[in-house]
Amino acid sequence: MSNQWPLWEVFIRSKNGLAHRHAGSVHAADAQMAIENARDLYTRRQEGVSLWVVPSAQIVASDPSDAEALFEPAKDKIYRHPTFYDIPSNVKYM
Amino acid sequence: MYTTELDKTQKKPDTAARPEDSERLAAFEARVAADEFIEPKDWMPEAYRRTLIRQMSQHAHSEIVGMLPEGNWITRAPTLRRKLILLAKVQDEAGHGLYLYSATETLGVSRDELVQNLLSGKAKYSTIFNYPTLTWADIPAIGWLVDGAAIMNQIPLQRCSYGPYARAMVRICKEESFHQRQGYEAMCALMEGPEAQRRVAQDALNRWWWPALMMFGPTDDNSPNSAQSMAWRIKRNSNDELRQKFVDITVPQAEAIGLKIPDPDLKWNEEKGGYDFGPIDWEEFYAVVRGEGPVNHERMSARRKAWDDGAWVREAASAHAAKVEARRRADAA
Repeated sequence: MSNQWPLWEVFIRSKNGLAHRHAGSVHAADAQMAIENARDLYTRRQEGVSLWVVPSAQIVASDPSDAEALFEPAKDKIYRHPTFYDIPSNVKYM
Repeated sequence: MYTTELDKTQKKPDTAARPEDSERLAAFEARVAADEFIEPKDWMPEAYRRTLIRQMSQHAHSEIVGMLPEGNWITRAPTLRRKLILLAKVQDEAGHGLYLYSATETLGVSRDELVQNLLSGKAKYSTIFNYPTLTWADIPAIGWLVDGAAIMNQIPLQRCSYGPYARAMVRICKEESFHQRQGYEAMCALMEGPEAQRRVAQDALNRWWWPALMMFGPTDDNSPNSAQSMAWRIKRNSNDELRQKFVDITVPQAEAIGLKIPDPDLKWNEEKGGYDFGPIDWEEFYAVVRGEGPVNHERMSARRKAWDDGAWVREAASAHAAKVEARRRADAA
């Protein structure tokens, strides 16, 4: 019963100038079928001009339990933001 | 489309089995209460995962089975325009089912398992799809009432706690409003016709009204799992609340085109600012849940036949893909 087609993640670029965004997943036997299934499933209303399909097994994700270790260091580096800096008010274009 | 609270045998959630779990549970509940989203791979209580798998997959099954009553009239739509519209709607329902299966799979369950649960009868789907579409007028009635009821439930779920489910709901809601408008528009067209046509429209309303009200599930005091689902933010309004809202919105829509709601007890209640309506036949509801609805058997047979008849296609596609890959490797070597 389980000759299941592999799972693919689908990314769609809605128009040129924008990046591909994750839309969901499809099952398909191979890459061509994955593109065709993604087209049928996720672009019935002109939602995209370009599709990416990636075997789900190829996606490496950060572990949520590592989130603090990974992202904590950025928390107190507010000097990376422009608002951290005071510029004299009579100086323009900065 | 929509799934009712059908699993009355669900055990109480198994909370805080181990000390570290109770800390994680508290953190989880705080996030949910703060309107934050839970994403795949985030820690979640086992009971939350199980109930989401059940709710989301039954929602998906409902969409797929829901293609059958309307698919029944594709070859007999009265005009080319209606045929195109109905084809698009049924295609959308397949799409909705697939969005929901995809979202459910992020919880660690396979598509095979979900499909087998449906085909074996282990999983349920919304009771509404166990009623037959006897005339063309049933198609407008379904779009107007059944999709209308589904919209009431689905809009709040766009902010449910589980990210993939919420995002699937956003996509579904965008498409669902066409479903309702095309149904109501077709009802308007029927009601502008001769007497015999208006009678067929009224007959369809008579047969679909009460099953549509049953879509919202048992009354609040008969829904033991609602409180936990609301605390977990996977259910945002009570069954009775949504049912009342549906009645209040739909009665004027019927009256606007000269249709009569088949409820002798329907009456505007000025004090509550809504309609009082007659008793629902819960015997009928539970019979349909048990599998004794008018076409339960036909629906399941159709699904099983589709799965069995399609086996060669699935196998051929896999065999072809393997062959192409082997050829590609041989060429590359």
